[in-house]
Amino acid sequence: MTTPHGRFGDFGGRYVPEALIPALEQLDEVRRKAAVDPEFIGELDRLHRTYTGRPSIITEVPRFAEHCGGARVILKREDLNHTGSHKINNVLGQALLAKRMGKSRVIAETGAGQHGVATATAAALLGLDCVVYMGAVDTKRQALNVARMRLLGAEVVAVTNGSQTLKDAVNEALRDWVANVDSTHYVLGTVTGPHPFPEMVRDFHRIIGVEARAQVLDLVGRLPDAVLACVGGGSNAMGIFHRFLFDDSVRLIGFEAGGDGIESGRHAARFSGGTRGVLHGAATYVLQDDDGQTIESHSVSAGLDYPSVGPEHAHLFETGRAEYRPITDDEAMEAFRLLCRTEGIIPAIESSHALAGAMKVGRELGPDALLLVSLSGRGDKDVHTAARWFGLLDDAEGMP
Amino acid sequence: MNLTPASPLAANPASPALSPGAQVLAACRAEGRAALVGYLPVGFPSVEVSIEAMVAMVRAGADIIEVGIPYSDPLMDGPLIQRATEAALEGGSRVDDVFTAVRAIADAGAAAYVMTYWNLVLKRGVARFAADLAAAGGSGLITPDLIPDEAGEWLAASDAHGLDRVFLVAPSSTPERLTVATGACRGFVYAASTMGVTGTRETVGSAAQDVVRRTREVTDVPVCVGLGVSTRAQAADVAGFADGVIVGSALVRALGEGGIPAMEALTRELAAGVREGRP
Ligand SMILES: Cc1ncc(COP(=O)(O)O)c(C=O)c1O
Repeated sequence: MTTPHGRFGDFGGRYVPEALIPALEQLDEVRRKAAVDPEFIGELDRLHRTYTGRPSIITEVPRFAEHCGGARVILKREDLNHTGSHKINNVLGQALLAKRMGKSRVIAETGAGQHGVATATAAALLGLDCVVYMGAVDTKRQALNVARMRLLGAEVVAVTNGSQTLKDAVNEALRDWVANVDSTHYVLGTVTGPHPFPEMVRDFHRIIGVEARAQVLDLVGRLPDAVLACVGGGSNAMGIFHRFLFDDSVRLIGFEAGGDGIESGRHAARFSGGTRGVLHGAATYVLQDDDGQTIESHSVSAGLDYPSVGPEHAHLFETGRAEYRPITDDEAMEAFRLLCRTEGIIPAIESSHALAGAMKVGRELGPDALLLVSLSGRGDKDVHTAARWFGLLDDAEGMP
Repeated sequence: MNLTPASPLAANPASPALSPGAQVLAACRAEGRAALVGYLPVGFPSVEVSIEAMVAMVRAGADIIEVGIPYSDPLMDGPLIQRATEAALEGGSRVDDVFTAVRAIADAGAAAYVMTYWNLVLKRGVARFAADLAAAGGSGLITPDLIPDEAGEWLAASDAHGLDRVFLVAPSSTPERLTVATGACRGFVYAASTMGVTGTRETVGSAAQDVVRRTREVTDVPVCVGLGVSTRAQAADVAGFADGVIVGSALVRALGEGGIPAMEALTRELAAGVREGRP
């Protein structure tokens, strides 16, 4: 799908300071060698099985499906992975690469905190120093994950410049990387950034779709009509989409954060409200003003609150192979509540955007449809936000 | 060439293919000294005062002005310039303002290069940006997040409009990367003195001298050194081995703390410094 220079059609590339090019070239070379090295493949496979808990199961959710026009709905349970989301798939791969490159320190950006927690976890497991950059707005709304990272031995740096969210955490991580590139590997948490990150991170998540495709065929005897995933940077979506790219009958549908609604201007829907541009090292779709200044995104979900998106998604969007739709905060929280009540599964608010998408697409396609949904993470980290959203606790019970 | 009659450089018939900036660097080389390149972002503390400050910087002895366009995600900048450019954006500074600044500098008789993150050029359209910059009398672009490998459109537009293109090299640059980067440069090469972002530093280490030496092995294009230089002594030190000394954060801080007079005073110090480099 990509050229040797990391292009997906017009998108991708390397829009970064020259100082980082040698590190990116080294990373590209090392990950290409690792991808065909039985020792590396074996070690990653062992960690998947004995540490993460792969393969993750699939779960059919008939009571939730009653709210999806009666379509059959199957969840791919990345929420059951160690650390609670799909993020660990990529992190273990990159942490092993860091060791191969002789780097003793890893850094990461994080929005919801899931990628930061996964990176802190892998660093603890493999004996690497770890610094995680997190926007100051996010350290507040995801405070529990800040504590988790610190428990795991990572240093968490609250980023107070710019919009104080994920994009500013990425800027700060890139600044750290430029200054410390000899000792440090930047564990980028999604399919964005300069080549080879979008391709490499996708490849580490590809296992989601590989497993799910076989599991659905095994359970139902046919391919799903649509595969659905939420899209922040787009890593869980690329991970589950990729194995289905050449299954022409399978629709691939990504759900972006619609925030308060596209018309409000307060959202993170790059394919509804964004245009072609460059951010954080890649040519892609960006929320930007007439001058090219990045516009701050908004979402109830910290993990989707990002003004840019992985370049491969931009390519799939422009070629029409995948569709992208916005889901508002209200719609996502309604789906969140429903999955809790109907199936006893508390999803991440990010993943709830894909669940809300299933409610819409199921109604459009009707009861004969079979939907595969990426449940990218669990909602433990979101209990605080949800309790406030639904007014579940009063002051006396400890909610501020 | 897009020299205005108002610019004294326009009268120089000797090297019609050279930009104003390239002519300044050649003149400094002939004088046996390094050039002083001073950076300020447009719009800090206001558009008007920033342009006034750039013109004052020319009067105080800067040979070349590097005009920064504030950007929402300045990943090559340290806290000092970040705060200044954030303030500029909050104050309503727009990309259009950079052309006003470039015009004012050209009219004051100095050469102006625009330092910009790439998305701002892409959004305007590379060809349109180049045309506007040339029309304003600018010498070229310094592009901290664009490598020649991604610069096809800019290579064509800069050729079409006679503009210089200044790519960066860094202490981490391999011989292959030095060849790629300098091969695409025109005007000068921007050598980052350290691995890191803009900001003042106590010392400008030996890495700077080393990267300049390695760069000279692959190109004859002048090499200017930036990142970390803030004092007269550092300027003199770097002037000993580079064709130009680029100062940013220290001038921005002086402007922020002491206004134009403080910024001018520092410029005079630095201008003296670059003249002390090769006794
Ligand atoms: C559970 C979960 N899902 C999805 C995302 C969004 O990331 P991506 O689009 O890369 O999958 C996040 C990011 O924090 C997350 O924590």
